[in-house]
Amino acid sequence: MKIVAICGAGVGTSGILKVNAERVLKRLDIDAEVTASDVAGVADAAADAQVILTSPELVDKIGKTFADVVIIENYFDLDELERKLEKALG
Amino acid sequence: MSLPPLPNSAIDLGADAGTWRDAVRLVGNALERSGATETSYTDRMIEVIDEFGAYIVIAPGLALAHARPGSDVLREGLAVVTLAEPVAFGHPHNDPVSVVLGLAVPTPETHVTTVAQLANVFNDASAIPAIAAATTPDEVRRVFDADN
Repeated sequence: MKIVAICGAGVGTSGILKVNAERVLKRLDIDAEVTASDVAGVADAAADAQVILTSPELVDKIGKTFADVVIIENYFDLDELERKLEKALG
Repeated sequence: MSLPPLPNSAIDLGADAGTWRDAVRLVGNALERSGATETSYTDRMIEVIDEFGAYIVIAPGLALAHARPGSDVLREGLAVVTLAEPVAFGHPHNDPVSVVLGLAVPTPETHVTTVAQLANVFNDASAIPAIAAATTPDEVRRVFDADN
């Protein structure tokens, strides 16, 4: 299982999303690899990913993908992340 | 493992910003004052938003301004600006913004521990209102130190 967190610069916000996604996956007892990437690298980074995590602002920039695109509004709300990840993975 | 230091020079409370550009410039100035960055880093933080939109508004009322590592990052830095009047960045859910964080990292590798610490601080929902309401740099530092 692979999950990719996407942001514009590939550092900073996607890192926060990655850290918090890992915490939620632990809570859900799901084994998955979470990586962070910038928008430019999304095609490569998400080629074999099941889920892409990102901001509502970046959805249009992601382009064609087979992964589930999960939009996170509040990056610090672990309950929102858990709810949305559980739905995408379940 | 801790966050970069937050000297008084990196904290600007109750600042006036008419637009999100002003707000990002203020936090860029704070990073510069604290010795973490050069002016071009501030320009690059604004360019990120011009290019990708307001995705840096990652929680209600909070923007995390940043750009890629570069030679204009002299050392890892963190800065905090609170706005007297919140401004809109154009985010569909999290506007308006009253707390702007500025983050500068010299290499992609160094940012991993820093963002983990930021997540520790802000996963507590009381952190953003506490910083927005702070009237002294010490009150801001207390919020960041609470988890460390």
